Amino acid sequence: MAIPAPDTVGVPSGAGAPASGAPASGRAVVRDLLRRPGAAIAVGVLGLIGAMALAAPLLAGLTGWDQYSFDPSAIDSYSGGLPRGGWGGISGDHWFGVEPGNGRDMFMRIAYGARVSLAIAISATVLTTTVGVVLGTLAGYFGGWVDTGLSRAMDFLMAFPALIFMIALLSALPGGNRPVLLVLVLSVFGWPYTARVVRGQALSLRNQEFVEAARASGASRWAIVFREVLPNLRGTIVVLATLAVPSYVATEAGLSFLGVGVTPPTPSWGQMIASAATWYAVDPLFLVIPGAFLFATVVAFTVIGDHLKSILDEGAVH
Amino acid sequence: MVGYLVRRLAACVIVLAVVCVFTFMIFFWFSPDPAAQICGKTCTPDRIAQIRANLGLDQPFLEQLRVFVSGLFAGRDWGTGADAMHCAAPCLGYSFQTNESVTDLLIDRLPVSVTLATGAAVLWLLVGVLGGLVSAVRRDSLWDKGVLAFGLVGISLPIYFLALVLQYLLVVKLGWLPFPRAVPFTEDPVLWFESYLMPWVVLAIVYAAMYSRIVRSQVIDTLEQGFVRTARAKGLQRHLVLRRHALRPSLTPVVTLFGMDFAALLGGALITETVFGLDGVGKLASDSMATNDQPVIMGVTLLAALLVVVANLVVDISYRFLDPRVRRGTP
Repeated sequence: MAIPAPDTVGVPSGAGAPASGAPASGRAVVRDLLRRPGAAIAVGVLGLIGAMALAAPLLAGLTGWDQYSFDPSAIDSYSGGLPRGGWGGISGDHWFGVEPGNGRDMFMRIAYGARVSLAIAISATVLTTTVGVVLGTLAGYFGGWVDTGLSRAMDFLMAFPALIFMIALLSALPGGNRPVLLVLVLSVFGWPYTARVVRGQALSLRNQEFVEAARASGASRWAIVFREVLPNLRGTIVVLATLAVPSYVATEAGLSFLGVGVTPPTPSWGQMIASAATWYAVDPLFLVIPGAFLFATVVAFTVIGDHLKSILDEGAVH
Repeated sequence: MVGYLVRRLAACVIVLAVVCVFTFMIFFWFSPDPAAQICGKTCTPDRIAQIRANLGLDQPFLEQLRVFVSGLFAGRDWGTGADAMHCAAPCLGYSFQTNESVTDLLIDRLPVSVTLATGAAVLWLLVGVLGGLVSAVRRDSLWDKGVLAFGLVGISLPIYFLALVLQYLLVVKLGWLPFPRAVPFTEDPVLWFESYLMPWVVLAIVYAAMYSRIVRSQVIDTLEQGFVRTARAKGLQRHLVLRRHALRPSLTPVVTLFGMDFAALLGGALITETVFGLDGVGKLASDSMATNDQPVIMGVTLLAALLVVVANLVVDISYRFLDPRVRRGTP
């Protein structure tokens, strides 16, 4: 359940990690996943969104627009800048319409916004997963003062009013490289949720027979961690990471919505929804289009995470 | 128990102290100079220096921190002579923007946030817990599928998006509800209800979705455990098994979650309040952040931290009553 407490934008709550069975082969898991219709559709949706993000510069060449340039001919200045022709200005020229007020192409802003949103969410996931797995394994496997120290740090970060603090921090740092700053801030408060689950699993693995056998046969501590413990945590880690991505997508969008995330003119979906707040009554599509993309991305990741969890839980892999 | 309480309280104080110091550090080292902001564009260096001195911003970091903390416990005096004023403890200073006392501002705004959070919490607990429970008991039924779909959609809807869409449909298009604003109950109960209805529902949908997912998976886990099977094997009726054996262990984790979520919302549902323009603590936070109004940001951050920390404490203590395994010290 790596979904943030909704209005605390927040950080994933790491409830519900899968039970760690025998490590399943990655290919078998993927095959099982794609056999489930819901998951297959989600993979397809994410594939499309991912392709759109990657191909944004190519698409810009194709449509003849980029994410920044204004198109005064697409908006009607007599009506205060509403897109011409209704329906948010959707036309052969502007596939998703234009932004009211300045006529920037929505399709390009969505595509480039996807790059920003996904890049931030995936970087934060990679960072928190790495830190969380390393520190969680250390705490769980080695125990003792290492565990005490790390667990205190995790408790502390999780008891922290993270959202308010993130916003205070981001608003106090007006300049800087926003995406990098966002990744760092998300990660600082995000890693304990991975680490806590990994710690619990490592703790239970420590006393399993195969680990004891390895220890008895004289394997070094590090060899045990890398060859025995970590491979058994693979399923858990994959599920946690898959469910962390949508929570970071949503958090980044929330922070950008509040005006402390990605700053204009760089597009981000949350920021686009925020600017739609002043227009939605007269141009609802300006709100609906970025909202739909954000929603689809979060749903798709969550569906895949849920299915992965249930596949690994059931051990339904042959 | 007493030793435990003392340890827990000490931990709370440490969290609060760290939040306080960290927030102070951010302002001290990273934030744009508030004196220059107050002074405006036509400003001389002398004038900036004077403002900095008036606000105490010319002092070194530790001295500013000391003054702030002693203000919290003992109050502070500002200015000298005829202009002197006393700010009683807990003194959080005065807003750079409006010169109002931050403590008064918070007390002023808190009722709106409490109303919003309480109404939403009642709704989401009802819907989330009942939905998840029935869903787990009638697994794979049509109801279960409905709850699962609701859970998935609800947790994936960004709250501001849902809020704006509902506002568009219910207020702009259909005209069934007025634009929300923070009307006190005593002023106009009907308008009060109509104003808060949409914010309550929006918050409740998103949280209920999350709770229904968690309750469902918790109850399913519990129903598969040994003691529940034993109870069933003894021939105990289904609903009694559920009520006497399965319910309590599955709902204790929900208590933790609820404590945290509710406290966080009391300290300001930032997004919901901002989108709907409700003047609660959350709106105060986002407004003060937009204007870099440091004393106010400091105040809301500390209040939020205090609420979360207290909620954690209450949850931990209530755990000892809810879950006998915790009491015996065998987690």
